[in-house]
Amino acid sequence: MSILNLFKIAIKALSNNKFRTFLSMLGIIIGVAAVIVMMAIGQGSKESVRKDISKMGTNLLSVRPGAEKMGGVRLDPSEMQTLKIADYEAILNNKKYITYVSPEVTSSGQVIYGAKNTSTTIYGESPEYLDIKKWEIASGSCFTDEDVRKGAKVCVVGKTIVDELFEEDTDPIDKVIRFKSIPFRIVGVLEEKGYNNWGMDQDNVIITPYTTVMKRLLAQTFFQGINASAISEELSDKAIEELTEILRESHSLKDSDEDDFTIRSQQEMMETMSSTMDTITIILVVAAGFSLLVAGIGIMNIMLVSVTERTREIGLRMSVGARGFDISNQFLIESVIISLSGGLIGILTGWLGTLLCNHLGFPASIPMWSIVVSFVVCTVIGVGFGYFPARKAANLDPIEAIRYE
Amino acid sequence: MVNKDKVIIELRDVKRKFIVGDEKVYALRGVSFKIYEGEFVTIMGTSGSGKSTLLNQLGCLDTPSSGEYILDGMSVRKMSKNQRARLRNRKIGFVFQNYNLLPKTTSVENVELPLMYNKEYSAKQRKEAAIKVLKEVGLGHRLDHKPNQMSGGQMQRVAIARALVNNPAVILADEATGNLDTRTSFEMLVLFQKLYSEGHTIIFVTHNPELAKYSSRNILLRDGRIVDDTINTNILSAKETLDNLPVEETVDDLITESESRDD
Ligand SMILES: Nc1ncnc2c1ncn2[C@@H]1O[C@H](COP(=O)(O)OP(=O)(O)O)[C@@H](O)[C@H]1O
Ligand SMILES: [Mg+2]
Repeated sequence: MSILNLFKIAIKALSNNKFRTFLSMLGIIIGVAAVIVMMAIGQGSKESVRKDISKMGTNLLSVRPGAEKMGGVRLDPSEMQTLKIADYEAILNNKKYITYVSPEVTSSGQVIYGAKNTSTTIYGESPEYLDIKKWEIASGSCFTDEDVRKGAKVCVVGKTIVDELFEEDTDPIDKVIRFKSIPFRIVGVLEEKGYNNWGMDQDNVIITPYTTVMKRLLAQTFFQGINASAISEELSDKAIEELTEILRESHSLKDSDEDDFTIRSQQEMMETMSSTMDTITIILVVAAGFSLLVAGIGIMNIMLVSVTERTREIGLRMSVGARGFDISNQFLIESVIISLSGGLIGILTGWLGTLLCNHLGFPASIPMWSIVVSFVVCTVIGVGFGYFPARKAANLDPIEAIRYE
Repeated sequence: MVNKDKVIIELRDVKRKFIVGDEKVYALRGVSFKIYEGEFVTIMGTSGSGKSTLLNQLGCLDTPSSGEYILDGMSVRKMSKNQRARLRNRKIGFVFQNYNLLPKTTSVENVELPLMYNKEYSAKQRKEAAIKVLKEVGLGHRLDHKPNQMSGGQMQRVAIARALVNNPAVILADEATGNLDTRTSFEMLVLFQKLYSEGHTIIFVTHNPELAKYSSRNILLRDGRIVDDTINTNILSAKETLDNLPVEETVDDLITESESRDD
């Protein structure tokens, strides 16, 4: 029998049982829509993370203490204290491919102004930090190298701090806030940055000279890290080499010793981030994919019922000359129609779901290939789960089938 | 009308046994006969005598346990499943006791069914052929009716049209009047006699000995064996019998008749 006629028969059989057809399609619709939305969210958040990171500057380098370990676990706390003033000075004196450098020490706690307080993180940095991060000052100015030398109790604050601590229309410049009972005079307010993709409020910061944090706040002599920027993105690799050399020398490491620090470029972080996002996406998609498996079993079930119900019809078709092949094709096409049209509706539903996600503020964008994959998967489900019922129909004995009550 | 030069069906010592659990059931215990082109054969016998089993062999739905079956010059026994399906499609027309029409499907579509499995027919040719045979069986006014909109007699006419549409070598009818009242049964016989007069070869299975008088040859089965095989020289006219039946018209018949008069 021709494919066209098989299609006509299948459509007729399916429309004779509209509600049942719809129910068995529903599984596929939900499954495909879920897969599409998951992929779209995965893709969308990856794109927006990339955008965020490249906004921060792709020539960013960050040095952390401790050797890079498999799985990123660092156990020995003494290893964490290897970055010191001497290293910073060595970098300043020897840098060729590096433009800006800023040591970093941080501390979290409550900041108080008058009766108001909020919890925040204080970053001890050099003034170059703002150049590395491409961060502008909205009002006032940054603290100076002189402030760093003296360990001055001055700071620049993010927009959130201003909003939390001060009444509207109050000029925060020259106001004195307290962090861990140490007074800091505000000299500048940072431009607003908003939330990053990890949901962190980037404006909830206080930036102050690193010397101030080390001496007055933490009483420690080591840094938590050093931030730097390469001359350009292309020269990032050179800059990393240079940094490695300087630090190895200043740490007096022998050729056989491993690095006792780790340098990451923004480029690398972007890649790590992407691959983490990919993993999360895969997990989500696999979970959604299981619902497709269940939907496939549902189709198989309904096709088996359909074969049993139509045993007489199958017997009749055989007695007028249908071959097993014709019969199995008839049922295969039916299950493929269920799964493919379910898939189509599922894709549309997924697309609507993606629009809704965007509307609600989750970045989501459907990768083209996920639509292709959905079609392929639906065909495979239709054929795969339709095969067994179709074989069963084709293998019926015509005499018994036609007598079936 | 019978063409003694052309053998349509030849059986040579055909046996068919079924194995049910540990028991063997011998449905056919060695059946041999020849059927010539243009014969109207009635196969009779009590229930369980092997009539249906025999007809299934003739219709290539089943294969003999032993013996030879030659249909229109071809040996069926060694054929594959697909070859037998093709043979059913081209050479056989089946009529069943319970009509076996596809539900929710019009007469024309039901009759087209065998041609759907024959690539030589286009959609247009299928439809034309179906309409032609439906007119032949007197259903020119029921082309687009569905089975649930028709009487038993009309449904059986559709089934007969379906058996005729592929222009088969032989028409096989298993208890084709079994579900019909006397009057409608004779109407079917009138139709079969008409087909016989047009040269069709017909094998008609029934357990009702009365009906044997209207065919050209009678074969009697008992216990899987042929016990009698006679040529009927005095064929009664089903039309006359029908006309002489006591008039006891059903509403159904009234509708049929008034509508056929309209044509
Ligand atoms: N598929 C089968 N399996 C087992 N026994 C069968 C089968 N078909 C028919 N028979 C047996 O074969 C014999 C002949 O049956 P059948 O040809 O249907 O008789 P009839 O049509 O004359 O009433 C019966 O005894 C019946 O029980
Ligand atoms: Mg029978």
